[in-house]
Amino acid sequence: MTDVAIIGAGIHRFGRTDGVSGLQQGVIAARAALADAGVEWPDIRIAFGGSAAAGNADTMVAELGLTGLPFLNVANGCATGGSALYSAANAIRAGEADLALVVGFDKHPRGSFNPEPADWGLPEWYGETGMMLTTQFFALKLRRYMESFGITPVTLGRVAEKAFANGALAPHAWRREPVDLETIMNSQMVNDPLTKFMFCSPSEGAVALVLASAAKARELGATPVWVRAAVVRTRPPGSFEVFSPSLDLARGPSPTVLASRAAFEVAGLGPEDVDVAQLQDTESGAEIMHMAENGFCADGEQEAWLAEGRTRIGGRLPVNTDGGCLACGEPIGASGLRQVYENVMQLRGAAGARQVEGARIGYSHVYGAPGLSAVTILAS
Amino acid sequence: MADAATLPPIAEGLFDLGPPPALIGGRDRRSGRIVFPCPADHDRFEPVRLPREGRIWSWTVQRFPPKSPPYAGPVETPFRPFALGYVELPGAVIVESRLEGFAFEALKVGLPCTLRLLPFGDRLTYAFGPSDEEEQPQ
Repeated sequence: MTDVAIIGAGIHRFGRTDGVSGLQQGVIAARAALADAGVEWPDIRIAFGGSAAAGNADTMVAELGLTGLPFLNVANGCATGGSALYSAANAIRAGEADLALVVGFDKHPRGSFNPEPADWGLPEWYGETGMMLTTQFFALKLRRYMESFGITPVTLGRVAEKAFANGALAPHAWRREPVDLETIMNSQMVNDPLTKFMFCSPSEGAVALVLASAAKARELGATPVWVRAAVVRTRPPGSFEVFSPSLDLARGPSPTVLASRAAFEVAGLGPEDVDVAQLQDTESGAEIMHMAENGFCADGEQEAWLAEGRTRIGGRLPVNTDGGCLACGEPIGASGLRQVYENVMQLRGAAGARQVEGARIGYSHVYGAPGLSAVTILAS
Repeated sequence: MADAATLPPIAEGLFDLGPPPALIGGRDRRSGRIVFPCPADHDRFEPVRLPREGRIWSWTVQRFPPKSPPYAGPVETPFRPFALGYVELPGAVIVESRLEGFAFEALKVGLPCTLRLLPFGDRLTYAFGPSDEEEQPQ
């Protein structure tokens, strides 16, 4: 089985770009990734991509060129990008292609998502009585966790403070201004215990990556970043997911726990080997819980980790070095690939002011509804 | 609750009016697993009355008006925040519910609570409130 390398990475900045469609942002990212890899579109043998709200990725061929390549659309919610990467890596491992493009893009309207009960197979009363909001789910999962493991609100604030500090150092981020802890803690309460600055917002953006087989990477003389693991898992029984009118008394692990364990096993690595991590931070508490679900600390240890700044750049394990979803917003189709893009920059030593010194192993984790996680482990 | 009892329920098969009222869950006839609400497939799921007393498993406060549709609650300016959460019903299941009658500052995981029915617009819905209240404040 051949090794798989990332040899090109391109991004269209996250945030709001009026007048440029999500699909166009995807094309811009794809061209940037091709140029970064030093290859041309006709060299690409297979492509995978997707968006949640900005159209079909395969229509990009109209702009990129009608080369006849197979271009598969991926629709996996927040894990769309991770699933596209997983698919492309497997296509290369299978010998189906030696050069693949992965692209994720999106453009969401302002404001929170507005789900309808029928689209989720749920009864109308669930939405009518005001219990069908994604922000509530995050707050409810978090509150249970905080009271079980002694996490305090200031720790949530510290996660957001770090995110905005890191975002200020990342040219592709949306929020580029640091926000102080007091402002975060005193901002409008949205769903207790989460304030406005502790939530990410839907946004826009695009990321593309060029993947190559080891032989192709050598032939091109590229400086590869190796894909040591690319894993996707769906939820096991007893996981706590969004829009659940009831939960089983017997609680189980999350899809993240399954994906993380599998990824470490495939890579032959452990959490202690990771130099930099990008973890799904839809809100501050998600980053806290995902630190434990991905095996980086025990439940409850986050309180000390954040107080001591261990997840800051320069700390023992920098987390979300480009500000994560909190600073970049969440264009669903692009978000997981942004994490991978950030790790590619870190492992190349090309992350500028936010560079983690000597980063060799990069870990990324994306989680989404209705209960799936994608984990990618990269090595320089 | 005399007035409320004459209101139509927000959904059929969601709760039993009693007295005393109870939520209706569905017991999987094969595995014994209980879910709420009871799915329509009664060949597989047997409707069962759920315990009326439970404990708060998690909670939050909805501080901004949910988008409508689907939200069909009262349109008030300014919006009146409401509490909701999950309630653990011993030996049965954990259900999501509005939490009524609690001071927001008093909400806590593990707090005992009891089912009540209450008007929601011109229909009847369910919520959990403090267990130590004899009469429900309507």
